[in-house]
Amino acid sequence: MAPLDRKLMRDLWRIRSQAAAIGAVIAVGVLLLVMMTGLVATLDETRRAYYERYRLADIFAPVTRAPDHLLPTVAALPGVAGVEGRVQGAALVDLPGVALPVQAVALSLPADGAPRLNAVRLTAGRMIAPSHPDEILLLDGFAAAHGLGPGDMLQVTMNGARKRLRIVGLAQSPEFLFSTAPGELVPDDARFGAIWMGRPALAAAYDMDGAFSELLIGTGRTASEPAIIAAVDRLLAPFGGQGAYGRADHASDRFVTEEINGLRQSSRGVPPIFLAVAAFLLYIVIARIVQSEREQIGLLKAFGYTSREISGHYMKLVLVIATAGAVLGGALGILSGRALSGVYLIYYKFPFLVFQISPGALFIGILVSVAAASAGAMFVLRQVYGLTAAAAMRPPAPEDFSRSARIGRLTGWMDQPTRMVWRRITRQPWRIAGAVLGVAAGMALSAAMTSIMSGFDRTIDLSFDVMDRSDMAVSFKAPLSDKTVLELQRIPGVLAVEPARIVPAILSNGTRTYRGAVSGLVATPDMNRPLDAAMRPIHIRGDGLVLSAGLADLLDIRPGDRLTVDVREGRQPVLELPVAGIAETLLGAPAYLRIDALNRALGEGGRVSTAYLQIDEAAAAAVHAALKAMPGVAGVSVKAEARDAMQEMMDSGAGATRYIMLLIAAIITFGIVYNTASIAYAERSRDLASLRVIGFSRAEVGFVLLGELGVIALLAVPLGAAAGYLMSFGIAAGYSNDLYQIPAVFTPANYGAAGLAVLLATLASGLIVNRRLAAADLVASLKTRE
Amino acid sequence: MPLAAKAAPEPGQPIYTVRGLTKVYGSGPAAVHALAGVDLDVAEGEIIVLLGPSGSGKSTLLNIIGGLDRCTDGTARFQGAELTDMSDAALTRYRRDHVGFVFQFYNLMPSLTARENVELVTEIAPDPMPAGDALAMVGLDARMDHFPAQMSGGEQQRVAIARAIAKQPRVLFCDEPTGALDSKTGKAVLSVLRDVNEQTGATVLIVTHAAATAAMADRVIHFKDGRIERIDRNATRRDPAEIDW
Repeated sequence: MAPLDRKLMRDLWRIRSQAAAIGAVIAVGVLLLVMMTGLVATLDETRRAYYERYRLADIFAPVTRAPDHLLPTVAALPGVAGVEGRVQGAALVDLPGVALPVQAVALSLPADGAPRLNAVRLTAGRMIAPSHPDEILLLDGFAAAHGLGPGDMLQVTMNGARKRLRIVGLAQSPEFLFSTAPGELVPDDARFGAIWMGRPALAAAYDMDGAFSELLIGTGRTASEPAIIAAVDRLLAPFGGQGAYGRADHASDRFVTEEINGLRQSSRGVPPIFLAVAAFLLYIVIARIVQSEREQIGLLKAFGYTSREISGHYMKLVLVIATAGAVLGGALGILSGRALSGVYLIYYKFPFLVFQISPGALFIGILVSVAAASAGAMFVLRQVYGLTAAAAMRPPAPEDFSRSARIGRLTGWMDQPTRMVWRRITRQPWRIAGAVLGVAAGMALSAAMTSIMSGFDRTIDLSFDVMDRSDMAVSFKAPLSDKTVLELQRIPGVLAVEPARIVPAILSNGTRTYRGAVSGLVATPDMNRPLDAAMRPIHIRGDGLVLSAGLADLLDIRPGDRLTVDVREGRQPVLELPVAGIAETLLGAPAYLRIDALNRALGEGGRVSTAYLQIDEAAAAAVHAALKAMPGVAGVSVKAEARDAMQEMMDSGAGATRYIMLLIAAIITFGIVYNTASIAYAERSRDLASLRVIGFSRAEVGFVLLGELGVIALLAVPLGAAAGYLMSFGIAAGYSNDLYQIPAVFTPANYGAAGLAVLLATLASGLIVNRRLAAADLVASLKTRE
Repeated sequence: MPLAAKAAPEPGQPIYTVRGLTKVYGSGPAAVHALAGVDLDVAEGEIIVLLGPSGSGKSTLLNIIGGLDRCTDGTARFQGAELTDMSDAALTRYRRDHVGFVFQFYNLMPSLTARENVELVTEIAPDPMPAGDALAMVGLDARMDHFPAQMSGGEQQRVAIARAIAKQPRVLFCDEPTGALDSKTGKAVLSVLRDVNEQTGATVLIVTHAAATAAMADRVIHFKDGRIERIDRNATRRDPAEIDW
């Protein structure tokens, strides 16, 4: 081994703890990159394989009642590869011990075997026998949530008729990766089920003999989805077609897509932060090593080593640390990606997993971390070239502070230690600025992440306490007369009722469209309240829509502009309505219109599809029982349950990464602060030892060290708060999705806490470092030349 | 016995009484005796030069009685106060009030001017001389507002001496004060040390490799293997300017 390489090994050993810390930062960055891109690729590929294997339809077309003989016509459309017409209907499941009936969807399975599209995967029991009309398959997740299994009986209301059905098997399906009840926003296994039944039995229940109520279409690779959708809409229009839509608009797929996109976004945003921090730390450490080894560098030059050889030696040090960290991170990334995939498998209810390592991410991770580390070192190694053998052999000249003399008058009132702190800061503003920036970045990350945490809470609080003041929402199978409101009001325990009419609609502004709904509300809603940006209730008008801010963004539309509303219910009018206002909604993307205006447009006077209720909690059981007995009720959504489901989704899905991010932010902040303190100490150990020798106490010397750190921290805190505020908008946007928006809230308490944390980290680092001074050999540090 | 804030100089009285002073590094067979039982009395106002090869123990002795290091065994009294029993805080107090140090590599604060480096000490010492006076004593009154980076090595060392004497210490410890200087500058620095001794009555202990320095001392202590080999007393102290380097 060449002597320089032996020196390299020993140097590495000497700085092992620092090297390990930096290597660990790089490893975490690469680990996250490899793991997260691997997870994203795995989820993408697994989803694709699952959809393919179970033949998930590309286009879904719900319809009121269309005859089976349309199917060949649809199949003949250009680009259509497969067609399935099935019976689909709303059902209510009556579970013992559950006060309110639970909503479900009933779906038909062909009597002659597996469906051509949207096959199911049996997870327990057996398939239904065509000869037994009372046999059903139950959605696996729903069954698990209620402790049901094959052999159990289920009390189901279908089309107004009560039936006792026998569960013979449990099933999974790619169309129910996430199951969300109609009118609800948040998927919840327990509160929405799917039931598969034989076609003849289900057709009888819903009066669909020789007809279907949902058309599934598989398309060829080259097919034009919009063209097929348009053709299908034309074909189904006479039969009450509610508008065909592509897979991307299917609730389950949309949700999975949002989750995967959330992960993808994190995988792009988080690792670079680590690599940047690692590069910064490596730069500082290498700078320190080169500075302290100038004598050895001079000696090597005197022996005839070239600058290139010597720089190469130090570069090797950097490369060893960076490569080791990156390779370790890559390996751990693959391992943890594999481990986490199993967790995701359960969370997403995939029946199998197609594990994907992304070799590109591995390669990029290693390459980028090595490049980032080298870039930092390059700056330092220029100094090696600059050193002459003779200069390097002399003790370094004292740093020149003479230019600071110009501000001498300014510092007249200071004592000498304070002046030392001041001069050091003013002499090397860039070095201090670097430290300030580093600490501020950590502070920004912490402040932004804590305020995002508040943003999640705020979304829930605003949505469920401030905007929605009802206790429950009752939805009806079909729009009912507004007399229903009076009927509900008569139930003992019901305090107030507010009617609403919600119709599915396609909203479009030019080429931008959104498949959602229009909610018809009373003029001054008291329960489901749209609020403006200042949290004031918005008066709902009859001649214009109030859009949620997210929806207005999506459609790129402003108040005063006109929006096309293609209502997909009843006589399906196409309305041109002006946008009258913007509501600050954080859940979903609603559009509001006054209920009478909506009913007028539909040509159906005084209809109600949903009613919001405030009830006396003491009488909740009686109210539930009364609602259960009402024939027109399709489902009841209890706000507290919806709130819990929302909270759980935010905590277990893509939103869960916020906790990891906060932890990371805290670690990075402390790492930077501590490193800054270490370097400040290392650079000044000689001065500090001199002060001790002269007779300064440890506390007084501590002031010189901590004074500098204190100034850095005090400058970093306001800067970090400002940067954190800006950053929080970006992070909030990253966490926001189709389903919920996370606001970037400015909560002074969070910023105060983050600032305090930075100051405490500074104090702690300073004290740890200052203890080294106590342990340091005063004499030795004075005799060393530098 | 607590240290008097500032004892009046009593020429001829022992300022240090050292008995059986021992310093061992490491343990077992690998143990190194840097000091192996040193006895010494230092009189107030003396100039003492400590000579000896590297590792002979002279710097170790200086560091222990200067309050920078601790001994393994033995006693060292300063004006009757036992240094070896003192806490860190008490040793700091001792260095602050009574002792001045001059090192081979000056150890000035690069961020402070010559005057400010001296004021660093005068601000915390109980009875200092004005910083300007201290710098005048070392002949640097014209360069008071220069930073270390703007000075030669000899000038920097003179600032270090000014800084050490400004507190009017009872003792001045100088570890290789001329080690980094050429002979001309070295002589000038030694002259300053002699002047300080004569004008303030401070006891001066100089550790050096340069045997010629011995001529300026009252006593010359030769070290070997952690022990005092012998002590020579000069009948007359020679002017450092006349010393043949």
